[in-house]
Amino acid sequence: MNQRRKIRVLVGKPGLDGHDRGARIIARAFRDAGFEVVYSGLHQTPEEIVQAAIQEDVDMIGLSSLAGAHMYLFPRVVELLRENGADDVVVCGGGIFPEEDVPRLKKAGIKEIFTPGTPLPEIVNWVEENVRPRS
Amino acid sequence: MNAAQRIVSGDVRAVARLIRDIDDMLPEAREVLKDLYPFTGKAYVVGVTGAPGVGKSTLVDQMVAHWRKAGKTIGVLAVDPTSPFSGGAILGDRVRMQRHSMDEGVFIRSMATRGYFGGLTQSTRSAIDVLDAMGKDYILVETVGVGQDEIDIVQSADTTLIVLIPGMGDDIQALKAGILEVGDIFVINKADREGADRTVNDIRLMIEMDEKRYKNGWKPPILTAQAVFDKGIAEILDEIENHASYLRSSEEKRSRVRYEKARNNLVEMIRDRISMEVLSDIVQSGEFEDAVQLIVDRQIDPYTACDNIISKKLRPGTK
Repeated sequence: MNQRRKIRVLVGKPGLDGHDRGARIIARAFRDAGFEVVYSGLHQTPEEIVQAAIQEDVDMIGLSSLAGAHMYLFPRVVELLRENGADDVVVCGGGIFPEEDVPRLKKAGIKEIFTPGTPLPEIVNWVEENVRPRS
Repeated sequence: MNAAQRIVSGDVRAVARLIRDIDDMLPEAREVLKDLYPFTGKAYVVGVTGAPGVGKSTLVDQMVAHWRKAGKTIGVLAVDPTSPFSGGAILGDRVRMQRHSMDEGVFIRSMATRGYFGGLTQSTRSAIDVLDAMGKDYILVETVGVGQDEIDIVQSADTTLIVLIPGMGDDIQALKAGILEVGDIFVINKADREGADRTVNDIRLMIEMDEKRYKNGWKPPILTAQAVFDKGIAEILDEIENHASYLRSSEEKRSRVRYEKARNNLVEMIRDRISMEVLSDIVQSGEFEDAVQLIVDRQIDPYTACDNIISKKLRPGTK
């Protein structure tokens, strides 16, 4: 059966941030969109997230941060992916960020940033348009 | 280096990619699996199964920790259900195993059941082969244990753990004829909860009633554990070793087990392959859905519809 390749996504919570309601809602929305979603759980280091992403062979990593350390954590994930030869994995992020950080994160290789209030279908559409299951 | 060589040398990315290709049923994956086969057959496979919430992932996490201390390398395959509505899945078993993610001696992979065209049994077995060829000493396969597919997976393990929790007494009656019969070791997890003794007794009764089956063979031990507190894990691993030595104890037993496994595996492989060959074109062309609609409209009976498809697709000499 030539079934369609499924999009595989890792939803990760890097850093010392204990709030994963948002991440779980995103995970659920991704599941409902037909993606396979690996949820890594709380308090992950960027190193752990990247290792999990490699073992799970995901197409995208969605990072959630509400604790203010995104300017270190998010770019670090991108950097580690590159070091591991896995820079074909798309990284995007969600959470609460000062406006001026958004362009800086994008410059650091985070492909898109979603802030509070973004409707779920918009995020799902973005993934469907920007993330291709590898072939 | 080709893909198979990279996997045998332990290349994590190559392993991860091949399992993806197996999951997505790419024909190329089969070629790599052929090359890998000579490198398989060394790992010891342990199935861990039980209802959602009984603590399988936590138990697996602790077993991994114990084996790692003993210097063993581990592969984990954690199977979670695919949503029948969207085809998506949330694979959350890693959450309980986070602490092993930086350990190079541990490879953890989440797999979704993928529904009725998914060939779960086959893809899980192939993934076991991949981790085996990669050189892992132990491979743990975690499943929810519902349905024939998962019973088949469990039967491809060398040792099967059935995990239960106190208070499941009545459920045991319902499950009796299913997954419980394939258990080699029973673990009553969360044993600090009320009713643990009763659950142990229920299982014991079930086993005693089946005495003939166990008379000259392996009688499944019943253990209690509190995986969260790392209690009872060493005993579980001891029983796995006991079961392993039991399986190794006679050449006759060993070859019988091997024969059974090879036989089941081949039957399933052929069955999966035939249904795939038959279905892939007609699903894509829409012919399959048309036939379904005709049945729904009662313009044709399902037996004739099946005959039509089979005779068209399986005529000897054609493909």
